[in-house]
Amino acid sequence: MSTTLTPAPSMPLTHGRLPRWAPGLVVVVAVAAAGLFPLLLGWGLVPWVLISVVLYIASLTLWSAVVETRRSAVDRMVTSLVWTSFAIALVPLISLLWTVVSKGAPHINGTFLTFSAFRTSLDQPIGIYHAILGTLVITLCSVIISVPIGVFAAIYLVEYGKGNKLANGVTFLVDVMTGIPSIVAGLFAFSMFTAFFGAGYRAGIGGSVALSLLMVPIVVRSTEEMLRLVPDDLREAAYALGTPKWRVITKVVLRTALGGIITGVTLATARIIGETAPLLLIAGLTTRTNMNPFGGFMTTLPVFIYSQFQKGTPADFDLAWGTALVLVVIVLLLNIVARVIGKIFAPKTGR
Amino acid sequence: MSATPAIETSQGSAPTQTGDRVFSGIARVAGLGIVVTLAGVFIFLAIEGVPGFFQDEKFYKGGGSFWGYVDNLLFGTVLVATIALIVAVPLAFGIALVVSHYAPRWIAGPVAYVIDLLAAVPSVVFGLWGINLFAPKMVPIYDWLNAHLGWLPFFKGPVNPVGTTILTAGLVLSIMILPIITAISREVFNQTPRLHEEAALALGATRWEMIRLAVFPYARSGMVSAVMLGLGRALGETLAVAMVLSGGGGISFNLIASSNPTSIAANVASQYKENTPGTLHVLIGTGLVLFLVTFLVNFAARWVVASNDRRMAR
Repeated sequence: MSTTLTPAPSMPLTHGRLPRWAPGLVVVVAVAAAGLFPLLLGWGLVPWVLISVVLYIASLTLWSAVVETRRSAVDRMVTSLVWTSFAIALVPLISLLWTVVSKGAPHINGTFLTFSAFRTSLDQPIGIYHAILGTLVITLCSVIISVPIGVFAAIYLVEYGKGNKLANGVTFLVDVMTGIPSIVAGLFAFSMFTAFFGAGYRAGIGGSVALSLLMVPIVVRSTEEMLRLVPDDLREAAYALGTPKWRVITKVVLRTALGGIITGVTLATARIIGETAPLLLIAGLTTRTNMNPFGGFMTTLPVFIYSQFQKGTPADFDLAWGTALVLVVIVLLLNIVARVIGKIFAPKTGR
Repeated sequence: MSATPAIETSQGSAPTQTGDRVFSGIARVAGLGIVVTLAGVFIFLAIEGVPGFFQDEKFYKGGGSFWGYVDNLLFGTVLVATIALIVAVPLAFGIALVVSHYAPRWIAGPVAYVIDLLAAVPSVVFGLWGINLFAPKMVPIYDWLNAHLGWLPFFKGPVNPVGTTILTAGLVLSIMILPIITAISREVFNQTPRLHEEAALALGATRWEMIRLAVFPYARSGMVSAVMLGLGRALGETLAVAMVLSGGGGISFNLIASSNPTSIAANVASQYKENTPGTLHVLIGTGLVLFLVTFLVNFAARWVVASNDRRMAR
């Protein structure tokens, strides 16, 4: 009895473990050791950080391999690598946001936001009013075009076309559409309007068509997902009361999924509002304020940034940074609004 | 009393059927509309782009013929996208793993949110950042690479003094596609059945072994499709490349010099102002090529995912 319970002495059931503070200690040692290079050889901050990271990963892995097992060593190495990749990726992202804010903020003032870039003499200040309005008009038109198409296509996929050939084809094509490069959408709109209205046609509506091509698949995807989340019990309960199918869809399914659909549409809007490439070709470039999407050139914020970049003087770049900050703030606001709406309308059935 | 409901149903049934028919009709038209639109994209690009294949030689900028012109650009497109993928994919999977499996919840939530926000930062802003800040910062690194690794064909030099090289463009692109790849792979990592993970841990697997044995096999198709979507995005990205890369030159693997071909999309963005019909036809022709390439990439991605799903379902 006692012999069976005693584990064989040759095979231990546990192995050594590094103490909990081991990674912390290794960090300190690695940073200090790597600090010798800047001290003795005059290297900069970047090599110091890089060497510290390499030293940290190598020494922690080695220590773990000696004290623990090889498997734990691999585990610790991967953990360090994963966190390192995370840190590496954060650097440019933070740098980007910081640059936009710090370079853009000084140029934003009342004049900048309420004047257009049109001026009759060189000493007049210029602003981005025309581009803000252009962005609003073109984006609004794209939303008007793509939301009905996208939502109804999603309704078709979820409610009517379960498993038939057209629905499968549409699902596949929507996937393909998400991958269309934005410049191709612009070339398409340009070709179409050239074919219909002759060469040289430029108007905001062309930009809206191009942007809709990019927006529809996003709307379809998100709406489809939301409709599928609506529990079948709700539908069946409505059918059992004798409700016709279209009333079930409008009154029960869409109502339940409304919050999610609005969130999806807002996110899609945030996605397309920053698109530049499609508008370059078809919407034209102007310094005046134009509110009519069907006639005349129209400039949006991203296109304005690009045109300032092409002019290339430091003053132009200053304007571009200010515009970039406005654009990023708009995009962030749309994103936050989308989350808030999603929270407010979140279905109470619980997922 | 009993007659009233009967009358109601007989009157009510006809309008509801009409309503049903109209509503399903609208839905079907919307579905068909997507098919028609995509066909339209192809048709209109072909109408305006195919003449671009047979233009006068002067429109091809020394390329001789359309294919001579487009293959430089195609090479540039693929090279930039490849650099972006090589850099972005490991980082993206790393971040996704941090968010889904490594970080505590209070870090993971905000980080995932920030990554999603970054996916929405317009490409023109990335371009502005790339040309103003990132490219000049890269010059010392290129100098170092050229000095120490100059024997590799990639770093042969001479180093571009302002840093607007194809490597810079690729790195900027990699930052741009990072959020997309991360978002999708994070989602599939999160969908791994909890029981698989716990079973692996209960058998004594370390966390990495659990991820390798339980998470990756489950998430493989999602990871492939994430990479493919990132590739599609990188192939078609316009503004960042147009702003960061000072292109112009033949096929070359020298990543840090000034003579690299630009990408198809960036070429359109920088050339479209030459409003001659010949140039526009050529540009739309290159757009058609780009459309077909991205179509193939997406198609391949869906196919991989679909076949993997079938295998997993068995």
